[in-house]
Formats: sequence, C-alpha cells, structure tokens
Amino acid sequence: MSRPDHPRSVVVVGASHAGVIMAERLRARGFGGSITLIDRSPHLPYQRPPLSKDWLGGEVEPDTLALRSEEYYGDNGIELLLGADVTRIDRQGGGVAIRIRHSHVRQEARRFDRLVLATGARARVLDLPGVDHPDVLVLRDLDDARRLGQRIRRGPLAVIGGGFVGLEVAATARGLGTEVTVVEAAPRLSGRAVGAGTSDFLLAAHTELGVDVRLGTAPVEIVVRGGRVRGVRLADGREVPAATVLVGVGAEPRTEIAEHLGLVCDRGVVVDERCLTSDGRTIAIGDCTVQEDCSGNRVRLESVDNATEQADAAAATLLGADLPRRPTPWFWSDQGPWKLQIVGVVGADMDVVVRTDPAKPRRRVTLYFAGDALVAAECVNAPADFVAVRAALSRGLRPSREALSDSAVPLKKLLAALPVN
Amino acid sequence: MPKVFYVQPDGSERVVDGAAGDSVMSTAVRNGVRGIVGQCGGSLSCATCHVYLAADDRQYFDGPGEDEDEMLDCTASDREDTSRLSCQLVLREGVDVHVTVPDEQT
Ligand SMILES: Cc1cc2nc3c(=O)[nH]c(=O)nc-3n(C[C@H](O)[C@H](O)[C@H](O)COP(=O)(O)OP(=O)(O)OC[C@H]3O[C@@H](n4cnc5c(N)ncnc54)[C@H](O)[C@@H]3O)c2cc1C
Ligand code: FES
Repeated sequence: MSRPDHPRSVVVVGASHAGVIMAERLRARGFGGSITLIDRSPHLPYQRPPLSKDWLGGEVEPDTLALRSEEYYGDNGIELLLGADVTRIDRQGGGVAIRIRHSHVRQEARRFDRLVLATGARARVLDLPGVDHPDVLVLRDLDDARRLGQRIRRGPLAVIGGGFVGLEVAATARGLGTEVTVVEAAPRLSGRAVGAGTSDFLLAAHTELGVDVRLGTAPVEIVVRGGRVRGVRLADGREVPAATVLVGVGAEPRTEIAEHLGLVCDRGVVVDERCLTSDGRTIAIGDCTVQEDCSGNRVRLESVDNATEQADAAAATLLGADLPRRPTPWFWSDQGPWKLQIVGVVGADMDVVVRTDPAKPRRRVTLYFAGDALVAAECVNAPADFVAVRAALSRGLRPSREALSDSAVPLKKLLAALPVN
Repeated sequence: MPKVFYVQPDGSERVVDGAAGDSVMSTAVRNGVRGIVGQCGGSLSCATCHVYLAADDRQYFDGPGEDEDEMLDCTASDREDTSRLSCQLVLREGVDVHVTVPDEQT
C-alpha cells in the first residue's frame, strides 16, 4: 500500500503523549515502514496529568502511568530508544540524519525519511534569589514528581503560581494535611485560562480546602536560613512559611531542534492544521507547537487533547490522507475534590450564561456565547454537562442563549432537544 | 490473571491479560485495543472509554455512580442498559470480563 511518495522511515523526537499516539495512529492507518521513537527519559513513556494529582499523593503505582505496555511497542514494530538524547539533526537529501547520544560514550548516527518533532515543553524557571536551592522544585516529569512526592507531607509547602499544575498540587497536598500557601502575582487564579466567575469560584474552593491564597503579590526571594528553605518573601514585605517551594509558573516549548533547522518559531514551533512546519516537510506536534486559532492568533495548547488530535492529523499528513475531523478542543484539571473541565475557546467580551443549582452548591457551569451561539463552556464538578456541551459543539450545534438559560432543566435535556443542523 | 475479552463492532475479538486493580479501560489502552480512547486516564473527565458490558458480567460490578450515570447519557455512541465507562470497571482476581466496544468515542 506504500505509494512512491510515502516515507519508508519516520523518526519521532520525543516519546510522550504526542509522539506515542502519533506512532500508534501511523500503524492504525496502515503504515508499514519503520517508526523510531526517541526520548532522553529512561522511563517507559508515561502520562503526565496524574503527576500533579492522585499519583503525587502516593495512591497510584508508578507502572500504572505507562501510556502503552512495553510489549505494545514490540508487537507493533515501533522501535523505542529510551535514555537517548537527540543532539543534532542535519538535512540530507529528502530526509534527515540524526545524531543520538545514548550515554557519554555511546553515540549513534541514523538516517530517516521524515522527521517529527514532539519535544514538548520544560518547566519555566524563575529568576529569584535562592531559587537554585534543592528545596525549590518544578513539576514537569516523573523524576520531578518523585522528588515532590517525597516531600509533600513534610512541613509547609509554598506554591509559586496559581495555574492548573500549582492548584492541583496545592489541593493534593492539603488532602494530605500539609500547610499550603499559593502565591499568584496576578489578581486572579488561572486568570489567563478561565473567566472571572470560574476563577473566583476556584478561589473559594481552595480557600475552603484550607489553602492560603495570596493574590496580586509577587515573590521576591526564597528565604534560606541554616542551609534550608524557610519561606518565600513577597513584594508586600511579608514572608510565607515553606520547607519546600514548588515553582509552577508555566512551561516553555522546547524549540532548540526546530530553531537549529531554521524552522519558524514564535513561542513554539509554528505549524499549520496539517502539523507541517515552515519548511513544508518537517512535522511538529504537541506542547512544542503553536497553531492559529479561529481568529488567526498563534496559540499554544498544552493539553492531552491537543497532543492527541495533532498526532492524528500528523499521521494523516505523512500518509497523504485527508485530514481527520477535529472535535472542539478540551481540557480538564482535577483539583482535589474539584473537577474543572473546559471545552472550546473563550474569547474576550463574550456573553455569559451561568448555570447553578442551589441543591448542588459545588457545581457551576459557565456557558460562553459569541453573538448568539454557544462556543465554549467551563464546568466545575459538572462532568455530565461538560460531556453534553462537548458532544453538541463537536456535532456542529451552536445553540442560542435562550435555548440554554433555564437552569431548572438539565443541560443534556436542553441540548438533546435541539434540532441537528 | 483476569482476562478481558474486547469485541469490536465488526465482531472481531481480542483477549488481553489484565491485572487485578487495573481497569478495563487502562488494560485496553496500554495494549492498544482499538476503539477505547481513555483520554483522561480514568478520572471521569472524558467519556471516551464507553463500552457495553456483557449482561452476564454485570454481577461482578457495582452499578455506575452518579457522575458516570449522567455522563453515559451523553456518550458518542448510544447508551444501552449495559453501557459503562470502562475506566470505572476495575478487574478482580479470578474474574474474566467481556465487553463490546462501541462504534464511536468522540
Ligand atoms: C504535571 C502535569 C499535569 C498535567 N495535567 C493535565 C491535565 O490534567 N489535562 C491535560 O489535558 N493536560 C495536562 N497536562 C499537559 C499534558 O501532559 C501535555 O499537554 C502533554 O504531555 C504534551 O505531550 P507532548 O508529547 O507534546 O510533550 P511532553 O509530554 O512534554 O513530552 C516531550 C518529550 O520529549 C522529550 N524530548 C525533548 N527533547 C528531546 C531530545 N532532544 N531528545 C530526546 N528526547 C527529547 C522529553 O524528554 C519528553 O519526554 C499536564 C502536564 C503536566 C506536566
Ligand atoms: S477514561 Fe476518561 S472517563 Fe473513562
């Protein structure tokens, strides 16, 4: 089934959500050539979301994190090179030559027809006095999570950054009885990701959990005394106690290889809807990429959903197949007993309908309308509403405000009653 | 070792060795069983792990919880009496499980 223009060998740099799913999708689409997945991490590719949630509290065994079993790769003819760093890539004819470092002594050079960059992101670091101390941690990978997990029950935890990862860790730590302070420089929690109402609701939720949330004040120094971290000093002069500090201020895309190849990058590797980079040949997927949203802005979507959807699109592109239909993007974040789910893209100045139920005070659904049409939703502790909205949006339904305003009728009923367009 | 029997909509069947404590979803995903996506890793966030549980096997599991029950009304393929989210079906020693994978998950 291989057409002359089909690649015979594909290499994927980065074996995580995007890379592994991409390999799987290639095989599912009947690709018979060689697939090589390379990752510098020595661990069998694993899921990252649990690292800031239940896994951190020690309730889940490490091997349950695996994205696919070890046998899966062999059974599907997917070569997995772990503990292997890609240090250099050169264009060669229609393909690429790759240098791989397995250890300080062992190097290897290989040639492939097509290159896929799935290099993801790294935790952003802060430039603060004291930030290099070993009691100051970040959370992006399994080794980070192990370090944090060993300390999360010990003494007070200060989390710098009120984004999803920081809030998830804060909630998990509170669940274990640890004293937690969250320091957020902006006036709101997760202010860039969710609307004001949802943000305020999350603030109340975390306050209820006993998290001490400090908004609108930046950290200026990690306080170290007697060789140990003791706290974080804030711009307002106060000090919050800490034996461990988690810096959770977002992630930065790994674009080194793309830049070395001269590909256009703009806070991420720029890709089109086929996941092609600016050379029209190299593919990039997942957290390392930026893509245009419906209004033409370049956005970086850091989510399992995006990694999965781009992986599928990339597999189609490599095989010259039609692009698969892309459902509405979505995201979830479990913060202790609070489950946040977002579907669609919220824009500025959108109309909002908030649905609450006095019988269920911990539940809140915010619907966003562009003009009169539903385009996005933020759901807290309302997974059924979330699934209903996601299904409706993915089916192309754009219900109006009026159709969805009656809070007394369940959302799924209102949506099910709509005509299919 | 509990076995899970996955039947595809076309009638083809795949048998996978599971482990007690793992879910029907994670067993499928880790072994690359077609049609079970399990995007959220089992945290009841995605409803992409819908299956039809064999009627005879229902005795081995508690019924769906409130969230699961409501989410099942909104899955991509139609809900039936035997519908479950497979991340909530946890395997036990000595109990084999038979499920049918629906046509569509998203
Ligand atoms: C703690 C945490 C919690 C999260 N929670 C959620 C959540 O609840 N919901 C959600 O939707 N998303 C969540 N995410 C985001 C989600 O995990 C990411 O969107 C997803 O992992 C992106 O996959 P990726 O393959 O693009 O990149 P990554 O997972 O970052 O993987 C990139 C891989 O590339 C490798 N690599 C990079 N450069 C090289 C090189 N030169 N040579 C060899 N290997 C290289 C790295 O080692 C890494 O393994 C979370 C992320 C984190 C860190
Ligand atoms: S895997 Fe997401 S709900 Fe079951």
